[in-house]
Amino acid sequence: MNVVVCMKQVPESVTISGVPQGTASVRPQGKMVINPFDMYALEEGIRLKERYGGRVTAISMGPAEAEEALKEAIALGIGEAVLVCDPILEHSDTLATSYVLARCIERLERPDIVICGRQATDGDTGQVAPQLAEQLGLPFLSYVSRIEDISDGRLTAQRLVDEGHQVVQVSLPAVISVVKEINEPRLPSLRGLMQAKKAEIPRWTAPDLGLDVSKVGLDGSPTRVVNVFVPQRSQQGQMLEGSPESQVDQLLEKLRDAKVI
Amino acid sequence: MEYFLDEQQVTVRDLARRIAEERILPLRAELDEKEEFPWEIIKELADADMFRVFIPEEYEGLGGRCLDLCLVIEELSRACGGIAISYAANALGCLPLIHHGSEEQKKKYLPQVASGSRLTAFALTESTAGSDAGNIKTSATRRDGGYVLNGTKQFITNGGEAEIYTVIAMTDPSKGSRGASALVVEKDTPGFSFGKKEQKVGIRASSTRELVFRNCTVPEENLIGREGSGFIITVRTIDRSRPGVAAQAVGIAQGALEAAVDYARKRVQFGHPISAQQAVQHMLANMATDLEAARALVYAVARNIDSGAKDFAEAAAMAKVFASDMAMRVTLDAVQIFGGAGYMKDYPVEKMMRDAKITQIYEGTNQVLRNAIALDVLKRRAMRE
Repeated sequence: MNVVVCMKQVPESVTISGVPQGTASVRPQGKMVINPFDMYALEEGIRLKERYGGRVTAISMGPAEAEEALKEAIALGIGEAVLVCDPILEHSDTLATSYVLARCIERLERPDIVICGRQATDGDTGQVAPQLAEQLGLPFLSYVSRIEDISDGRLTAQRLVDEGHQVVQVSLPAVISVVKEINEPRLPSLRGLMQAKKAEIPRWTAPDLGLDVSKVGLDGSPTRVVNVFVPQRSQQGQMLEGSPESQVDQLLEKLRDAKVI
Repeated sequence: MEYFLDEQQVTVRDLARRIAEERILPLRAELDEKEEFPWEIIKELADADMFRVFIPEEYEGLGGRCLDLCLVIEELSRACGGIAISYAANALGCLPLIHHGSEEQKKKYLPQVASGSRLTAFALTESTAGSDAGNIKTSATRRDGGYVLNGTKQFITNGGEAEIYTVIAMTDPSKGSRGASALVVEKDTPGFSFGKKEQKVGIRASSTRELVFRNCTVPEENLIGREGSGFIITVRTIDRSRPGVAAQAVGIAQGALEAAVDYARKRVQFGHPISAQQAVQHMLANMATDLEAARALVYAVARNIDSGAKDFAEAAAMAKVFASDMAMRVTLDAVQIFGGAGYMKDYPVEKMMRDAKITQIYEGTNQVLRNAIALDVLKRRAMRE
């Protein structure tokens, strides 16, 4: 079994000091961590390696600092990692990102399964995984909450849907995105951490991957961030007045009108 | 304070802290209440390689340094003293093997301990022998190329849960303490069973149980060291493990201090947080000062041991006495700062107070250790005359 896990680094939500306003896609200040949803993807990748053998590789597109996140993945038990890092990739939108990740995956040993987190907590689009499947020409399963079985080149999985669960089968290779219900991510081990400290993460640039530069970066991105703003909170509180008895009557009337009682 | 830990020690400490905060904190109250052995956490610790910390590299460990072990015990104790001792008792259980075992014994048992797949325990105490370790009654009689054990061990940490026991028994009762020997007894050996499981005031997540030997036969190769060396193995083992108990005390006190500081800043009386009261401030100052002094002593002793020093018994005893008395004071003061809330189980400090008490008692009561320290102090002076 050959597994590739896609991951990215995001600002830790509890440490973000404020959302930058304006049009530029400035990264908010804060401690950078592995996208929480990608932790489930990494865990599932490691579990597949433990269950079926083979190899699991983590890939990320990002700035040089993203190497820290890949090292953390190695500390968890991911065997290998690759960082796609090139200044011309900056400001890539989801389509451009999925194009880059697809070319990166094509350079690796052909994977049986590509695993992504359901979405990243910074952009929150959830688009990269399906776009990646499209770019690779592979089938896609979103919101996977349990891998039931892998045999005869087919993957049977449970998907989380609004009404409950769906059990689906897909032929491999395939791309899947996972939800937090799928597992409980492990903590790193001491030997993993020591190995990660020594690990050298290969860095691939746009020329290394033979990327078409018109498809990456700001110019290669069909979507634009027009504005970034904090939504206004609307409060529709109402003060009731009068004697306590009349306030109770008013309240009951309003609750009846709202059909809650 | 900066203690100039090396890279491995920082890694070990940080991961132990993460496990304590993410995995132990949410479970500690429940495990304490139910007196339940922390198997889930033990598995986490094993997966994180924490059992490798106290095992030498040749046997799939990470070096077996005393300071590294103390850092783990301290961090775990900051969250739960009971879980910390369930872990630390494994180091105690295999110290006789590490320092006195044969190559075959080390190769056989230590990798199993390092991976966390089998827990260990050290069995010395009996109903008639605590500090007076020479008075043990459990016998190990040589017969047909093996030893037949009879007797009952009491208050054994990890009893029932561990699979590898290092047991001190009399191979020649006529020689008194010189007739004691150390033997490995594995769980499921015929004639070896478990008796009463103790109900305790503190460290309730840990298991404390009787070991019962009724014509339990172990092969000759389970003897650690030579016949008659059981008493000296015991003394050296406990000298080495005392900094671990001291680290447990430091960790419990650290948890109590942090809780007290947080509470003092939040609790408002007479219109101000009680942290604005000088009476409370001085309590916090004393707690923090005592705690740092104890930590400095424990780390210094652990480093002394790691440097290969032979003569560390007195310093190890001092660290255990000082740190455990400190932990008792600090946890009592933490309860006091919490006021009525501190006496309630909904808050964490009453548990810390209960957990701290045992550190003054086990691995040599602080009274018997003071006897030993005083003896060394007086001997040094007498030798100069």
